[in-house]
Amino acid sequence: MPRRAATTTRNTSTNKITDRDFNIMRRILWASFLLAIAVQQSASAQTLRVALRQDLDTMDPTLSTTYVGRIVFAGLCDKLFDIDEKLNIVPQLATGSEWTDPKTLVIHLRQGVKFQDDEVMDAEAVKASLLRDMTLPGSYRKSELGLVDHIDVIDPATIRIALKAPSGAFLAQLTDRSGMILAPKVAAAAGKDFTQHPVCSGPFKFVERVPQDHVTLERFPGYWDNKAINFDRVVYQILVDSSVRLANLKAGTVDLSENIVPTDAAAVKADPRLRLVISDSLGYFGITANLDNGPQAKNPYGQNALVRQAFDLAIDRQALVNVVYNGMFAPTVQAVPSSSPFYDAALAVPARDVAKAKALLKQAGVSLPVKLELLAFNNPDVLQTAEVIQSMAAEAGFDVHIQSMEFASSLAASARGEFQAYLIGWSGRVDIDGNTYAFLHTGAAGNDGHYSNATVDKLLDEARGMTDLAQRKAAYAQMWPQLRQDLPITYLWIPTNIVGMSAKLTGFRPVPDGMIRLQGLALGK
Amino acid sequence: MRGHLGARIAQIIPTLLLVSVLVFGLQQLMPGDPALVLAGEERDPQVLAQIRAELWLDRSLPVQYLHWMGNVLHGNLGYSWRIREPVSQLVAEKLPVTLQLSAMAFLIAVVIGVPAGIVAAVKRNSAWDYLANAIGLAGLSTPNFWLGIMLILLVSVQLGWLPPSGYVPLAEDWRQSLATTIMPAFVLGNSIAAILMRHTRSAMLTALDQDYVRTARAKGLREWGVVIRHALRNALIPVVTLGALELGTLLSGAVLTEQVFSIPGFGKMIVDAVFNRDYPVVQGVVLVTAFLYVVLNLIADLLYVVINPRLRDA
Repeated sequence: MPRRAATTTRNTSTNKITDRDFNIMRRILWASFLLAIAVQQSASAQTLRVALRQDLDTMDPTLSTTYVGRIVFAGLCDKLFDIDEKLNIVPQLATGSEWTDPKTLVIHLRQGVKFQDDEVMDAEAVKASLLRDMTLPGSYRKSELGLVDHIDVIDPATIRIALKAPSGAFLAQLTDRSGMILAPKVAAAAGKDFTQHPVCSGPFKFVERVPQDHVTLERFPGYWDNKAINFDRVVYQILVDSSVRLANLKAGTVDLSENIVPTDAAAVKADPRLRLVISDSLGYFGITANLDNGPQAKNPYGQNALVRQAFDLAIDRQALVNVVYNGMFAPTVQAVPSSSPFYDAALAVPARDVAKAKALLKQAGVSLPVKLELLAFNNPDVLQTAEVIQSMAAEAGFDVHIQSMEFASSLAASARGEFQAYLIGWSGRVDIDGNTYAFLHTGAAGNDGHYSNATVDKLLDEARGMTDLAQRKAAYAQMWPQLRQDLPITYLWIPTNIVGMSAKLTGFRPVPDGMIRLQGLALGK
Repeated sequence: MRGHLGARIAQIIPTLLLVSVLVFGLQQLMPGDPALVLAGEERDPQVLAQIRAELWLDRSLPVQYLHWMGNVLHGNLGYSWRIREPVSQLVAEKLPVTLQLSAMAFLIAVVIGVPAGIVAAVKRNSAWDYLANAIGLAGLSTPNFWLGIMLILLVSVQLGWLPPSGYVPLAEDWRQSLATTIMPAFVLGNSIAAILMRHTRSAMLTALDQDYVRTARAKGLREWGVVIRHALRNALIPVVTLGALELGTLLSGAVLTEQVFSIPGFGKMIVDAVFNRDYPVVQGVVLVTAFLYVVLNLIADLLYVVINPRLRDA
């Protein structure tokens, strides 16, 4: 037993863990930590890294519904037409177009354009793509192209689209996903699986997508406007949290981030390595009133226009956007931004007038305080907006109760008429018709408040059927006084597109649709 | 013991069936119309009706459930309504991410938590004990979201040592993969380390007061041998149980941490799926997670036997 005896002697002298043991443990921990931080990132100068606010849905333009999906498509799929900074419709895959009569549009196509699988982009391909949008089960483009009666190929570079009725808004549909032309063979073979390997004629071709993480595109050498492209790859990184998007921008791990929130704008401005680009967006934010959709419409706010006018006057829009959005959004009382040709400069935003609001409530003969349920989805800024409105309206005699709900639930509640007033926005469309018709016309799909006014319906229908811009503007100008009186939607502000980017990035074009156009973008040294 | 394990394995199928009924039933209680969410800004009633028909949402709930379960039994977890990719493909993409993150977080938790618990118990009421307790308390009370943002600001933005977010698969570039996952793993491991530390300390204190420990010391064994071979081995049983539960929780997805660091794991996927009412993804992920959870508990049962041989005859 000598071995055990020796052991006993050594341990009875210490009987505890020694400092040496601790030192070893400490060194191991430090070594692990240093090893971890020694692993550094590497980035390719040829890669543009773009941060997106949310994950896209599908990579198929026919089946896609998300805004961020459109941003990725801007790199992947060219469209027949595009829009410029002033919302003019400009040709992209088309070279021009003309209305041969109010119901017939002839489009001339760019020649020498190839799809990313080397198929030729011609009139047959355009027809196939449009027909796919109109017929594929589950297509979200059906209603956008619902006016199309038939499509004729005149020659490989010319196509004729016959409409069922005249439409001044139709061309604008071709500036978005409906105008994206897919490679016909791939689209026909893949069907609904097109999303897994999308092929178009844009400057970059699809490489991979990891849902909730990133989409990678690679330069398409056969792109028709190849000289305008300065990157080999584009990686769209999904960064949902706004502070994380900002951190990535500041750390230089992304070159450009869309949707910088107003409260982060100052931090971007203050950083000399970064640049902030601000432009009008196409959408709006407002309060939709339930006027006739179920029992919840039976309240003073839903039944009496004077009450809605009083509510409108109780809100100080400028103060509201100052408090919630650092003053970066533009107060409004109409559905289009000031950059739109349909913007009505005569429609001034009224100053807050509590005394007049009280007088209107008195004239309406309602008992005070006027109780109102305000439905708001549970984004922090939307809830803050609701709280500011609640406080402002209280001074005029309203007792606003905020009903906070998760977004999808609030949409469903709105569709079922389970609201009195709903704080909701619209992402916006190029043509004013896309911002008004569906929400204001009797029986329209997005008219959750069931607003119905014969004059407004007539003007919306007339304006939709016209192709002359001046005539259309005149029709809409006639509509606004009625809408300001009825207030089915109390428009509050036009959001701005706030984009943060590396100061080295040049050639960015701030177009109101918020898309990131890769043509002309370059990263300097 | 063999009989006990056999019974545990036999419980897996009814457990998963119960989970499938629960997850299917509970998500029906969620307000919101999936068709409306999927349609985005499209509100055309014809389009909405078409979506409902395509996704079987116009059928009765039992029919929808049986349709889904029938596919699951054939190895088909269905298609994501939103992304339009097979759920099994999405799970296969996310599972390695979650496994890697969970394994790293768990490793960090064990490397920090168990030794700290041992030291705190062995050096009871000393400065080391107080320090370990203070660190444990801090780990438990620090919100992951806050710690994640702070680490990003310090390590990535200020020091520029690590990328602030994103994920690179191990197979693609192991260095970059470690660089992107070390911070979220630390954030996750930190809170679990605190739990493990406190449980290890408590279990060790009990074990160190036992007669067999006194006997071992009296026999003249080295203190490390007494602590590790005798006290720790007995103290580890509750720690292993807890560790298995914590690992199970990690595998079900660390929602906030994945969100902050933009790690495309289970947590991020299931949150997106819930908000977008992508039922097949919710169902598929919950089912796979439940399976992993059950298997982990089974492994914990087996580990008891390894740690404590007396259980072999139980």
